[in-house]
Amino acid sequence: MGKIMAIALNTFRESIRDRIFYSLLFFAVVLILFSMVLSNLTIGDPLKIIKDFGLGSISIVGTLIAIFVGIGMVYKEMEKRTIFVILSKPLARWQFLIGKYFGLSLTILVEVAVMSILLFVLCFLYVPQVPWNLLYAIIPIFFEIVLILAVAFLFSTFSTSFLSGMFTLSIFIIGHFTRDLKSIAQTTQDAVFQAFSNVLYYVLPNLEYLNYKTRVVHHLGITIFEVMLSLVYAIFYTTVVLLIAIFIFQRRDIN
Amino acid sequence: MGNVTGSAAIKIRALQKTFSNGWGKRSVIIKNLNLDIMDNEIFGYLGANGAGKTTTFKLMLGLIFPDKGDVFFWEKPAADYKNRSFIGYLPENPYFYSYLTAEESLDFYASLFDMNTTVKKQRVAEMLHLVGLNHAKDLQLRKFSRGMLQRIGIAQAMINDPKLLILDEPMSGLDPMGRKDMRDIILNCRDQGKTVIFSSHIISDVELICDRASILSKGELKQVVEMDDRQNTEDSIWEIICQGNALDISTIKEYGKIKHLVTGNRNIFSTTDKGLANRMMDEIKNQGLDLISFGSRRKNIEDIYIKSVNVEGKNHG
Repeated sequence: MGKIMAIALNTFRESIRDRIFYSLLFFAVVLILFSMVLSNLTIGDPLKIIKDFGLGSISIVGTLIAIFVGIGMVYKEMEKRTIFVILSKPLARWQFLIGKYFGLSLTILVEVAVMSILLFVLCFLYVPQVPWNLLYAIIPIFFEIVLILAVAFLFSTFSTSFLSGMFTLSIFIIGHFTRDLKSIAQTTQDAVFQAFSNVLYYVLPNLEYLNYKTRVVHHLGITIFEVMLSLVYAIFYTTVVLLIAIFIFQRRDIN
Repeated sequence: MGNVTGSAAIKIRALQKTFSNGWGKRSVIIKNLNLDIMDNEIFGYLGANGAGKTTTFKLMLGLIFPDKGDVFFWEKPAADYKNRSFIGYLPENPYFYSYLTAEESLDFYASLFDMNTTVKKQRVAEMLHLVGLNHAKDLQLRKFSRGMLQRIGIAQAMINDPKLLILDEPMSGLDPMGRKDMRDIILNCRDQGKTVIFSSHIISDVELICDRASILSKGELKQVVEMDDRQNTEDSIWEIICQGNALDISTIKEYGKIKHLVTGNRNIFSTTDKGLANRMMDEIKNQGLDLISFGSRRKNIEDIYIKSVNVEGKNHG
């Protein structure tokens, strides 16, 4: 466990010093501040618009960070050849992979926390009370991002940075529409399309399970049990993806 | 750590590695390699670029997997990652996490071994001192020069006080002072009872410090040379350097056996025949030229290297 911790802390330290982290964080801050402008321009409850836009920003920027850092997991390490020194130490490959995963998850946690605090402050300025219910949306968003991170890891164990990025982004997008895809398929008579959409529905992550944004913003009822169930789903899916990544990574040549 | 003196530090048996080069074709990188590196020796692993030196090291360290064959460190399978706890590895042109400082990097690599915090701190300080980077310990590695990175490379390789050091082109990227430091570090390792194998395509580096050397060409082991043996061979080379007017060589019948080189008003003669060399000396004295040096040098490993690689070339050609 000590070695995994060492890798995790090192990864965290390296990634929060990287410029890309700050540029994306800056982008997130600008986005959230932009929601103020937007709320003035739009008809409706400005607080709802800020919340809606803010939560969306956290989700999008967090996912972008997960993809950027996740795809670099193996490929960038190999490109920069930092991996040779690490793996020549008495360290199992799975320890390296899990350590990196925890380190990057920690980086994302910091990013999500910074953006969330900013959003809380902004909401507080409009209505002086802490909008704790936003956490019902933010915590599932975090789990969604680390799930996407695991997917990026998986692709990076066998593919180049660019392709991994493309694949992961596609999974993120399709992951939000699998349910729609399935219902569309149901209305057609095309058996092949139905089978295809069924496969997508069951194999790809259903990221809508983790999307509580709209319900939180419009104060629709959410039970803790429901959220917990979503988180268990995310944890289970993430674990399976990581196990597949380890399976591939253990067997490949590090050239 | 189970150190058995006299046993093989590294035992390589029937090692084979092929790489796919697309369309189902495979090229052989390492071909049936058998090699023993003895305990407490400095072993030079010579070969041209692309001969398979780095591949051999990566196979030893489990970075890539062999098609066939085995590697053992003191009879323990190298494939088991736990057996890397007494090994230090310096890759060719090492790269490190660029946003970490020198001290943080070494501390990080130390934490991948079972070391307590006190020992870790002490080792990091010792290593920074050993490679002469104490002054730069708080500098991020992205600001380091090639030579400084190479020094960090050797420091991380020795952070666990390894019994065996595997160094891939340790002298590359170093200035003359750095090369000398690296040689001293390697020689010191032998004094401390460690075993060192290092690869190089620069022959003089190997000649200066190795106990034995092997020559690898196109993935095949050509020859293993004992450095001490070279003194006993018949073909020592005698070399005479003199200065002055042009030398009249008409009196020496076997002139054909002498290599003659002229630079400015200097003459350099070399031959493997000691008697002939002595007669040349007399002639130089008679003709009143200034003698600058006269001596024998051991058969050069370069000669051995070129010979064995040439044989290879002819076989293939």
